[in-house]
Amino acid sequence: MNKSEKLADLRHFLARYGLPHDRPAIPLGLPAADAVLGGGLRRGALHEVFAGDWGAGGFAACLALQAVGKKPLFWIRPDYEALEYGALSAAGLLELGGDPKNLFLLRAPDAGEALSATADILACPHVGAVVLEISGTPRCLDLVASRRLALLAEESGVTLFLLREGAVPEPSAAVTRWQVQSLSSHPDDDDWGSPRFTARLTRHRLGALSDFTLQWDIENAIFRDAAAHSGAVAAPLADRPAETSRQRRA
Amino acid sequence: MPTDRLRRRANGAHKLAANGAPLVVAGRASNALYVYALNRSAQRLGLYRGQPLANARAMIEGLAIVPADEKADLELLESIADWCDRFTPLVETDPPDGLLLDITGAAHLFGGEAAMLAHVREKIAAQGFAVQVAIAGTSLAARALARYANGTIALPGEEAMVLAPLPIAALDCGEDKLRALKRAGLKTIAQVADRGRAELAARLGAGFLTRLHVMLGAEEKPMTPRRPLPDLRAEQRFAEPVVTQKIISKSLHTLAIALSEILEREGQGLRLLEAAFFRADGKVERIAIRTGAPLRDPAVMLRLLNQRLDALADPLDAGFGFDLIRLEACLAEKTHAAEASFDENENARWQVGFLMDRLSARFGEHRVQRFVPQDTHIPEAQSVAIPAQDRDFDGAWTFKRRDIDPPLRPLRMLERPEEIHFVAASVPDGPPAHFQWRRARFKVARAEGPERIAMEWWRKEKPTRDYYRVETEDGQRFWLYRDGLFRELGLATRWYLQGVFA
Repeated sequence: MNKSEKLADLRHFLARYGLPHDRPAIPLGLPAADAVLGGGLRRGALHEVFAGDWGAGGFAACLALQAVGKKPLFWIRPDYEALEYGALSAAGLLELGGDPKNLFLLRAPDAGEALSATADILACPHVGAVVLEISGTPRCLDLVASRRLALLAEESGVTLFLLREGAVPEPSAAVTRWQVQSLSSHPDDDDWGSPRFTARLTRHRLGALSDFTLQWDIENAIFRDAAAHSGAVAAPLADRPAETSRQRRA
Repeated sequence: MPTDRLRRRANGAHKLAANGAPLVVAGRASNALYVYALNRSAQRLGLYRGQPLANARAMIEGLAIVPADEKADLELLESIADWCDRFTPLVETDPPDGLLLDITGAAHLFGGEAAMLAHVREKIAAQGFAVQVAIAGTSLAARALARYANGTIALPGEEAMVLAPLPIAALDCGEDKLRALKRAGLKTIAQVADRGRAELAARLGAGFLTRLHVMLGAEEKPMTPRRPLPDLRAEQRFAEPVVTQKIISKSLHTLAIALSEILEREGQGLRLLEAAFFRADGKVERIAIRTGAPLRDPAVMLRLLNQRLDALADPLDAGFGFDLIRLEACLAEKTHAAEASFDENENARWQVGFLMDRLSARFGEHRVQRFVPQDTHIPEAQSVAIPAQDRDFDGAWTFKRRDIDPPLRPLRMLERPEEIHFVAASVPDGPPAHFQWRRARFKVARAEGPERIAMEWWRKEKPTRDYYRVETEDGQRFWLYRDGLFRELGLATRWYLQGVFA
């Protein structure tokens, strides 16, 4: 590729991102976050999740579940990941509110193959979302590769989540970049254990940066503010009929 | 055949053999060396198979001797069998050096039995093999004729007559039985066949009698073909071997259309497609592709084929060219619905299925997976990942979550549970307060459990596990278990970390 071609490519790329897009955003559910993101995560784009600890995989899974709807979810990982970070569990996904029937796993021999498989899958608009899990900093995952993936995602409208473990951020074509860590359960919560995260939005092409604490609401498949007392979400629903009847009696 | 193998490879030490000098392959039986195989010039000098090697050495000065390599011979036989696939799909190897071809209904394609026999002989000889051939109504008869009456054709019903003059060695019934026959003064098959059944059975056993009957055409032993018969196929032969990629892809294109027409006529779609490339020098390359749904569209077939061809570790080597290319539907199914559909959902499903087929063709079907539930309560076995293309296989997820519960099963399960060390529990039979895993220390802030999971009763060797969900000080949630019950093992129990929650 010569210089003028490169420039044209870049212009084309910038033009795409400048355009207001007609695809509905993916609302996270947390009003503060959706306000910063302009309604939610951009659909058909690349989003990066950098792991601060073991909780980040769950955050990427929750985002993917929000993006995927009823369409298939592809999870792509090089063989090394499964050894180091554990195999993806269908029961675990079910516990987060996902449907294991729509989950497809692609085990690639190495990071390079994983990238090219991702490109293939992103080209199919009938896929809901793709999670690509890459640890460390393989050479093949450079700016060109990430730009290519971002373009493919933009074209087909498939949202790509790039989950990075044991890696430091580098220049990339991602629309958002998140630094994610687990968050302790609320001290008053007896039914503790819902997925909670501290997510720092460290890069945002389309707006401001911010930090959030989020709790995943499994039933409704949205994020809630982790600062509010959790547990209180489900309990009143169960009690309500009894209360109303009591009120009626009174 | 072993000498042919050496001559074909004619290099280095075996230059001698290539020049037509006598060559002997030495085998070892009951600790003595003997002549296992020999070439024609050695035969002409009076050496014979089974001769003690010392005798052969004494007869010929400077005889070239090579140790036998039965494995290489067998491999060669297999590759010749592969190559013979061009004559008939029913090929059986008959080690150490025989091949059985069932040409029922195939001979007319080559202009009758005699012409086919000549054709086969010529083709194999052209590859550099000394070959003996025969055709008969039963495989055993053909086998005996090929070895002892090269080039004979015995029409069905004539086997007994044609075999009659052959020596008893042609019966191939083992050394001791042969000796018994010799001792009885029987020299030819005719003489053996003339004896009474009861007499033969009493002396040599019922097995021998059956063998004799089969050989003489009275009964037939079914063949065990090397490869299952393809359901449907299309093939193209080339008068001149083709080498160029252009012609090969054009040929594949034609074949895909032909195969698709056959499938259309039969109302079937293929699930397993195999492309076989027969090289002029005898090598056969096969490429198999599985599809998730019955497939009939030639364009899709081609795309899958090309994808696989591109992904080959070592590209298709045309060598001196291919003289036959064949596409086979090794597994075909009736298609119920038309493939092309205007329904949006149906179309999406088909597109995703096709994507899955492409990925499987490229990475191998075991790398593209989906999950199916298993009927067990053992956590690590509750679901298995199977090839995403196996769409026929399904089950209901019996594992249901209660909406108000936090996740009780981790999102990630380690391939095998990893032992955690320096476990300190505040209560002896309670959850750990501290532990070390992968060289990091964790302080447990909260724990929930135990959830007692006993192994299946027929797997007694595995102890019951007490599972705990724990949350560390910094909020990470892990799934730990104590291997074995505290009241049985006391403080000697080990702790393992099996999974990580979101």
